[in-house]
Amino acid sequence: MKYTAEHEWLKEDGDAYVVGITEHATSQLGDLVFVELPEVGATVNKDDEIVVIESVKAASDILAPVDGEITEINEALVADPSLANSDALGDGWFFKIKPSDPSQLDGMMDEAGYKALIG
Amino acid sequence: MTELKQTPLHGLHLSLGAKMVPFAGYDMPVQYPLGVMKEHLHTREKAGLFDVSHMGQVIVRGDTYEKAALGLESLIPVDVLGLGRDRQRYGFFTSEEGGIEDDLMLANREDHVFVVVNAACKEADIALMKSALEPAIRVTEISDRALLALQGPASEAVLASLDPEAALLGFMDVATLSLNGVEAWVSRSGYTGEDGYEISIPSDKAEEIARLLLEHPDVEPIGLGARDSLRLEAGLCLYGHDIDDGTTPVEASLNWAIQKVRRAGGGRAGGFPGADIILTQLTNGTLRKRIGLIPEGRAPMREGVVLFASEMATDPIGKITSGGFGPTVGGPVAMGYLTSDFAVEDSIIFGKLRGKRQPLKVVKLPFTPANFKR
Repeated sequence: MKYTAEHEWLKEDGDAYVVGITEHATSQLGDLVFVELPEVGATVNKDDEIVVIESVKAASDILAPVDGEITEINEALVADPSLANSDALGDGWFFKIKPSDPSQLDGMMDEAGYKALIG
Repeated sequence: MTELKQTPLHGLHLSLGAKMVPFAGYDMPVQYPLGVMKEHLHTREKAGLFDVSHMGQVIVRGDTYEKAALGLESLIPVDVLGLGRDRQRYGFFTSEEGGIEDDLMLANREDHVFVVVNAACKEADIALMKSALEPAIRVTEISDRALLALQGPASEAVLASLDPEAALLGFMDVATLSLNGVEAWVSRSGYTGEDGYEISIPSDKAEEIARLLLEHPDVEPIGLGARDSLRLEAGLCLYGHDIDDGTTPVEASLNWAIQKVRRAGGGRAGGFPGADIILTQLTNGTLRKRIGLIPEGRAPMREGVVLFASEMATDPIGKITSGGFGPTVGGPVAMGYLTSDFAVEDSIIFGKLRGKRQPLKVVKLPFTPANFKR
């Protein structure tokens, strides 16, 4: 598992990565009530705002962690955004992305590094 | 940065694990470990306890109730004089331009008027009353009492377990109760659309009484987050957002709060700041008015979203002043102002959200039916 400073996690899945947000992020955001995901097949650039999430408190953007192509999205999360609160690292995943430049993953944190970040 | 003030329940909030935020100069709980969504639903289902001690509690006293009431009627366009003993009602201070300076609750307590005003406005409200009312009318801020709100359908059973008289109060009745031996000034009212009480108690007893209420299995502590979503679903205005000195009571669809006796042709018509404008608007209507809005999609539309008549129209017809997710409604809800021509129930308008026009339906408020004690 890799982590970004934007509180996303990435888990290897074949030649793609599953992406979600961390429990720390969902607990800060509060109960999620709306999720808008990118389209499957979309080509995105690192740091593009590709997901909109809304909690009971506010709207936030989720950025593409790497350049690549969206290969799958979690429709169940669109139907029930609370999955990101109840199972952030599992059923609450957002999308799968196939990186076009896997070296962009090299600088990401491991779990110990992320835990140090959030204190 | 100025130091945040604390309510007498600050320590209790911390010990309950609340997440604290600055609000109107106070360090206040926005949510407890339960979270906004569950706190909201719990309040509608059972009972929630809110700390609203940041609000201003004021006693306005003349030689008689009548003198204090008539003094206040020079600042407030509602029938204060005709308020029955131990009865409460909603009102607002108006400006010379007809705007709303603050909204408030007024109670007839026999020899004085008990007034509860918004935290952010309390200093200005007290200064206004002190300067505008004749010296014989004394305006005293009650700074040694906390204010709790107990809201939700189980509130009656919970409060009556401490003083059975609580059950005898009707909606907007006021009484002095004895809660575990503590003198409590209680009104059957609130800001959630549910049955419930607002409870003024001495600051040094506040934590004791709050803990006693929280011991009841039906009561959970509720933060400002759920307070906001509850009042939004109930169609109630938040001062500084849905109403302010730039909106008149008639534009804000608060006509119901201005009794006949203060309107044109009434026994004590006018005589408050901005009366010419407000009384004319009551007769002729206004160019815009506050309405309810339900976004057709799942995405919440929040304060500041600009409204248009169609997907292509270039001229705005209004703006959202409060919006978010309504946990009881199970979807997004909003309120805002619309040009009166477009404020037609069931019509579809469009809000600009993240660069795209999204449809909303114009609806009557509230979004959830009021559940008051009648």
